[in-house]
This record gives sequence, C-alpha cells and structure tokens, in this order.
Amino acid sequence: MKFLPLVLANLGRHKLRSALTVLSVALALFLFASLRSVVTTLDASAQFGSATRMVVQNATGIVFPLPLSYASRLQATPGVEAVTWANWFGGQYGDGKRFFANFAVDPASYLAMYPEIAVPADQRAAFLQDRSSALIGSQLTRIFGWKLGQDVTLRGTIFPGDWTFTVRGIYTTTAKSIGEDALMFHYDYLDERTQHRVQPGWFVLRIADASQAPAVARRIDDDFRNSSAATKTGTEQAFQAGFVTMWGNVQFLMNSIGMAVVFAILLVTGNAMMMAARERTAEVGVLKTVGFADRTLFTLVIVEAGAIALAGAALGLGAATGLYGNGRFTFGGFLQGFRVTGATQVLGVGLAVLLAVASGIVPALRAARLPVVQALRKVE
Amino acid sequence: MPLVEMRDVHKRFERDSQVVEVFANMTVTFEPGSFTALMGPSGSGKSTLLNLIAGLDRPSAGTVIVAGADVGTLNAARLAAWRARHIGFVFQAANLLPVLTAAQNVELPLLLTPLSRKERRERVAFALGIVGLQDRMDHRPRQLSGGQEQRVAIARAVVADPTLILLDEPTGQLDAKSSEEVLSLLRRLNDEFKKTIIMVTHDGHAAAKARTVLHLEKGVLVERQGATA
Repeated sequence: MKFLPLVLANLGRHKLRSALTVLSVALALFLFASLRSVVTTLDASAQFGSATRMVVQNATGIVFPLPLSYASRLQATPGVEAVTWANWFGGQYGDGKRFFANFAVDPASYLAMYPEIAVPADQRAAFLQDRSSALIGSQLTRIFGWKLGQDVTLRGTIFPGDWTFTVRGIYTTTAKSIGEDALMFHYDYLDERTQHRVQPGWFVLRIADASQAPAVARRIDDDFRNSSAATKTGTEQAFQAGFVTMWGNVQFLMNSIGMAVVFAILLVTGNAMMMAARERTAEVGVLKTVGFADRTLFTLVIVEAGAIALAGAALGLGAATGLYGNGRFTFGGFLQGFRVTGATQVLGVGLAVLLAVASGIVPALRAARLPVVQALRKVE
Repeated sequence: MPLVEMRDVHKRFERDSQVVEVFANMTVTFEPGSFTALMGPSGSGKSTLLNLIAGLDRPSAGTVIVAGADVGTLNAARLAAWRARHIGFVFQAANLLPVLTAAQNVELPLLLTPLSRKERRERVAFALGIVGLQDRMDHRPRQLSGGQEQRVAIARAVVADPTLILLDEPTGQLDAKSSEEVLSLLRRLNDEFKKTIIMVTHDGHAAAKARTVLHLEKGVLVERQGATA
C-alpha cells in the first residue's frame, strides 16, 4: 500500500495516454463481453426446452410443411399425451425494421402445451373465442405501444396482403428463453384466409416419459417414412439447437473475433507500457540507487499494468453488464434473454489479468534487469 | 577502522570489443566522519570509483568493503537492501521524480523501511528541515529552483540516515549562489551530523569545502591531501 502513491503518480504522468489505454482495454472487454454473450445466449436458447416436449418437422427441412392430418396420427402414437401445431407467418409491422416472431398456432392446444406462457384468464378466454385475434408478448406493448382491443395490421411476406388482428391477450413468460416479443394468432384464421392452402410448419408433442423420447421419435419417423412428407422428430432442445446451427459455427466465429480484439488491444497496451517504461529508464536507475530491489521494480510495473487493465475491465464489463442487464437488447428478437453472464464477467476479469501480465511482463523484466550503471547513463 | 576500504581494485570496461582499463591496483580508505572531495579530469575514473563504493557497479578484481560488507560479493537483492541502509547518493542533476512532490521524493528511501506512515512523515519533515525546504514539501520539482531541487535530492540522500553520503558533481549544474548553499549544507551535515561524505567534483571551490581532497588522473591516484591511501 505504501507504494500506491508512486503507482498512481506514474499512471497520472501522461493522463491522456493512460486514459486512452484504459479506454482501449474497456472497449476490448466490452466487445469481448458482447460477442461472448451472443454465444452464451444462443447456447442457452439451444438448452431451452422441456424434457417432455418434442418437435416434429418435415425431414426435408423446417421450411417444408407437414399435413394437418398427421395431428391425429401423432396423437395416437403410444407415449404421446398431447399434440399442437404452428406455422411461421413472417409478417412485418410498420416499416418492418423491428423484427419480431409471429406465427399461427392452434390456440387451445398450444397454450396447454406451453404452461410457461402466462395469460390472464379473461384475456385467454377472449383470445380463444375471437378467431381474428392475436396474443402478444408484453414487450410488444412497450415497443409498438399496442394495447388490448387494438387492431394491429401486419404485412404478410409469406402470405401476401394486409392481415389485421385484434389484440385480445398479453402474455408474460417464466422462461427467459421464450421471448416476450412474439405475436400468435389462430391457425384456423390463416387457413381460412388462404383458402385452406396452408399446412402446419411443425408439430409439438408432449410425451408421458422423458426417457422414452428416443423411442417415441424413432416410432414416429418410422411411421411416416413412406408418407407424402417424411418426418424428423427430436427433442425441443434439439429443435432449438437446429436453429442455432443455422447460424453456422457462431461460437467459433464470435470467440475468434473476441480473441482477435483482445489480442489487438494487448499489443496497444503492451506498446503503451513499453513506452512508459522506456521513458522512465533514468528513474529506474535512480530508484535502484536509492535501494529499490529488482523484484520491487518488477512488481511496481506489473501493478501499474494491472491497474490499467483492471480499470479498463471494470469499465468495459460494467458497461456491457449495465447496458444489456435490463433485457431490452434482444437484437430484433433473435437473442432472447441476451445478457452478460457471471461466467463471462469472470472470464473478462481473467482476460484483464492476463492482459496486465502479458503487457507488463516485458517492461517489468526490462526495469528489473536493467543494470543500474546503464540506467544511470541516461541520468548523466 | 576505515568505513570504506578498497584494496587492489581493478575496473575494466569492454567497448566495441576493446578493453578499457579505468584503473588498476586502486587502494584507498575513507575514515568515518571524513569529508573527501574526489577531483580529476573527465574519464579519470572518479564516478566509477563512486559507483563501486555505492555498489552500483562491481570491481573487475579486488575488494571493496563498505561498512563491513564486501560489496562485490553481495547478490543483487542483498546489494539493493544494503544500499538502502548504508548509501545516500546525490547526482549532478537532482533526478527527482517529476510526478512526486518534494516530500514524496524524499520519502522514497523510507518506503523500503518498516517505518510507519507517521514516522516516515516525521523523518521527511526533519530531512527537508535540514535542507531548509520544510515549506516546500508539497511542491513538485518543476516548481522548485535548481538549487532547491538539489537540496531536496540531498534530503532524499540523508533521510534514511545512511552510513555514507556519495555525491557526483552535486554543484555541476548550479549557479554560484545555489552551489554555495549546497556546499554549506554538506559541510553542516559533516560537522553537525558527523556524516561521512565522498564528493566527486571538478570545482576547486567546492573541493575546498571538503576536509580531504584526492586527485585522480587516468585512474591513478596521483595526489592527495589528508586522506589515508
């Protein structure tokens, strides 16, 4: 502690340079935290899913539909307790810049399938009763200012035309991975307006015993193997993970960019520390003459580098945590529950420590090993 | 018993694959409480001699014993601790750390001691009092005159009460008035506080303040007045 004034004084020697170095570290760790949070959020969404829920999709791909007639056959499959279905609508609101999920569902069976989706009883009843109504996530009321009873018109992209729905219910959710910025409406309404040319995009099943999931999946896929549309059945987690892998190897990409940023900043910080150390060669000589040991000088330089790195880390990680902490950053609904996890913060602090050691080690060793007579030549 | 004893000391440097011998068979002693001026032309080895006594450099051969320790045999860590305890060094330029106040500069050697903060403050105030700068404690070096800076450097050299004070051209960059102030201060440290002082200087007037004057020419001790060599 008694050396603290010396460390602080050295940091304050070139205030602008110290501030810029701290800011560059802060920016690096902000970007690192942001990019890693994309990975952790995608991972979390891939983990989302009940152990007793399964998804049946077209074996050719999620964009190909399945016949509605499959519903009764799926219901009859041993081990299956309940069935529901949905279809991606892909409508846009206003200028379409704010993406949000919207899909047609079989209302009663869908809400029964997802008890995590909480809707007040009166609104639930109103939604079930009105075929042209919509159930919206609470976040959409904040984003678009929508209210109960309001007519909302979406512009269809897959199903052309203007589609007007009356907001009859606003849901909240107990699961972070289920977004509160989706809109659901009646599958029957879609079916009717498209003159029965629509088919479900996927089915969701509830099974009685989670341990039987592989057997149930095999049984369903075997049953439909020679049908007009073969199926691909998996757990809800696998279904979510499938969406994630559609992004490609996001984890590798994000981690690579994150590490590249940190490495670039390491060079910047290391350069700043080297400059600072080189400027102070004469002072190192003076301190050694006074009696400062090599180890003490080594420690002082490392502590100085550590102070810069940790200040930057506190700023960068703090900013990322604060900015994403309120859950409003969902990147257009693609990253529900986007936030900086505790593990990312710990990793960020670890990186800062690594940054301090890596950027400080060369100037610290140089200060420690510099022969005092050589250092003093700068004095004379 | 001498405070400093150099016996058969050789010092060689290698420069561009050429060996330069600064001095050979140097034997000299300095008694406790003495005040010695070391004179001689540039390159005669005065500063090298001072560096060897301070343990800032090691002899190529021979022994340098200061305050009972064979300086040439101590490892780097022990040498640093020994230097902190026994040596107060003043350079030609004050070489104060510009980011620290006068008091913080003077406090530097005390940071290496187990003294409490309060004790350190008292010692710093005392040392700055000796050099007449107690009222400039919170001034940074750029707020002081050259003479005042050098007096702060002397306060830094004496604050830990070292066994030996070494000065390398302490008045070399000062005007006549400031030089006189510094030299008077050194004389007082020797007279009043019985500090052993070895001062390298080119200045005959400065040397006259010492009790003993040694002349070095090309690494050879060619003349002495009052020293035991």
